[in-house]
Amino acid sequence: MTLDADTILSVRDLRTWFKGRHSIAKAVDGVTFDLKRGKTLAVVGESGSGKSVTSLSIMGLLARPGAIESGQILFRDRQERVHDLARFSQKQFRALRGREIAMIFQEPMTSLNPLYTVGDQIGEMIALHEPISPSEARKRALEMLRHVEIPDAAGRLDDYPHQMSGGMRQRVMIAMALACSPSLLIADEPTTALDVTIQAQILDLLRRLQDQFGMSILFITHNLGVVAEIAHDVVVMYAGRVVEQAPVMELFARQTHPYTRGLLACTPDAERDLGSEGERQALYSIPGSVPPITDLPPGCAFEPRCGYAVPACRNALPPLVKAGENSISRCIRSHEI
Amino acid sequence: MAAVTTAPARAEPNLLIRIASRPTALAGLIVVTVIILLSVLAPLIAPYAPSQLAVRDRLQGPGMAHLMGTDELGRDVFTRVLYSGRTSLTVGFAVVVFASAIGVTLGLVAGFFRRFDAPVSRLIDAMMAFPDILLAIALVAALGPSAANVVIALGIVYAPRLARVVRASTLVIRELPYVEAARALGVPTPVILVRHVLRNVVSPLLVQATFIFANAILAEAGLSFLGVGISPDIPTWGTMISVGRQFLDQAPWIMWFPGGAIILTVLSLQLLGDGLRDFLDPRLAKDV
Repeated sequence: MTLDADTILSVRDLRTWFKGRHSIAKAVDGVTFDLKRGKTLAVVGESGSGKSVTSLSIMGLLARPGAIESGQILFRDRQERVHDLARFSQKQFRALRGREIAMIFQEPMTSLNPLYTVGDQIGEMIALHEPISPSEARKRALEMLRHVEIPDAAGRLDDYPHQMSGGMRQRVMIAMALACSPSLLIADEPTTALDVTIQAQILDLLRRLQDQFGMSILFITHNLGVVAEIAHDVVVMYAGRVVEQAPVMELFARQTHPYTRGLLACTPDAERDLGSEGERQALYSIPGSVPPITDLPPGCAFEPRCGYAVPACRNALPPLVKAGENSISRCIRSHEI
Repeated sequence: MAAVTTAPARAEPNLLIRIASRPTALAGLIVVTVIILLSVLAPLIAPYAPSQLAVRDRLQGPGMAHLMGTDELGRDVFTRVLYSGRTSLTVGFAVVVFASAIGVTLGLVAGFFRRFDAPVSRLIDAMMAFPDILLAIALVAALGPSAANVVIALGIVYAPRLARVVRASTLVIRELPYVEAARALGVPTPVILVRHVLRNVVSPLLVQATFIFANAILAEAGLSFLGVGISPDIPTWGTMISVGRQFLDQAPWIMWFPGGAIILTVLSLQLLGDGLRDFLDPRLAKDV
């Protein structure tokens, strides 16, 4: 269990499978990536690519029949001890969650209990992990609301969640998650349910909080625009596997896997999509859909939808190969793309 | 952003005011309150002592001296109806508390922990398969007739209903994002159960509790009437009817008034429960 000094999380050949009576869904099948201290790693992929299952595996929140089949999830805690989360018991996870690793979710509208004030809920989080008095908890809750830049924080402390907008609630969720200053924050599509201007504000806030608190962020998203805003490194997942991994600048400069290229082409672009005479071009979409993960082809999982496919793609699963200066790609033609 | 800085204190109208806006629920609430007050204040209101005999005045019809007449031993029926209310309401309330203790525990366990769901649910189904009153009679027969045993028996009879309601709500709440969020932030399971699940189950529970309160009063009267309930010398509405039945042709008022009290109490509790359901049921609420 060796880990580079500046690596906070290292997922190594993780396989999380859902075993049914007749089939095995390999939701995560051999995923490997490292997250550096104080950095943001974005995990990108469409629905069903295994990005959320990866984050739930790290948190120990998998619901049956999902279970980690093999692999390691090495995590460095604040005392510089390295743990393998893949072998953690629920009891060990409980000591870790909230204190060392925290998570925020997609639905800010329903991620807060409607029956308690936001101050109460943030205070509860702190009181659970640290021995402090209710009045101290309240003071800390107020402080957290200020950190997440809620205007008139003192006046908002006794608000119920229904009195707040979606963006406000997501700020409260972030306040709860960061209340005990965890070293790793997992953000599972935290901006997906918000409209674009609020999205930008939340991303901005997360970036500022990262500078302030120094936590590393594992950012799960399907939106490449968001990735460009916040990530330092990017992992692209497809059908439970990593297909490309690169620093963010390199990824946007040159994609080395046809899937990433396709994803980027799906992003609407006003200049490109409105032709010179103003006629509308159809928005590009990758043909076909993700194959069922219970029944993947033996070769490259993207081959049936791929414009670059050659017969050799069908023979064996392509290995991850060095494709650029700091990028790797699971494509046998990565140098031709 | 200026508009945001002054957070308006948007107070939800409180439950009592909302109930008052609906006439049937309000009527139920008022009648229940009056009945409870009359029972609690019985010693102050009642013109006679509950077991004060006046053999010369036996079987007198309702009149000025005896508002609801007298029974076969000359005891004042009005006084006895008031005192019976104390027993009947106490039994009803105790049944609700006891049934809730069992039902909520079973429901939470079945709803929250998947592996206990099947066994607990089958147990609940099996208990619900028995006719209520028959099961209660069997339990009282086994335990021996006393007020405490009537409460235990009826509590066991009604617990499965509460367990079902709690289980169903728990199944829904367990999957809500804030429960997962709480788990992701390291909240221990017992805290999640009480703070996040139980608190959100309270509304449907309260509604069921009013219905069970009404049913328990009715069932207690039935058991007492059948002679397997509380002993006849403690006045309850059921025992009064049971005794009055023998004088039905000479002095029907001995049955009328406790019977009317049962009808009125049960009806008003049901109205109140219906009203509460409309206000509190999350499925009917506009937003949670």
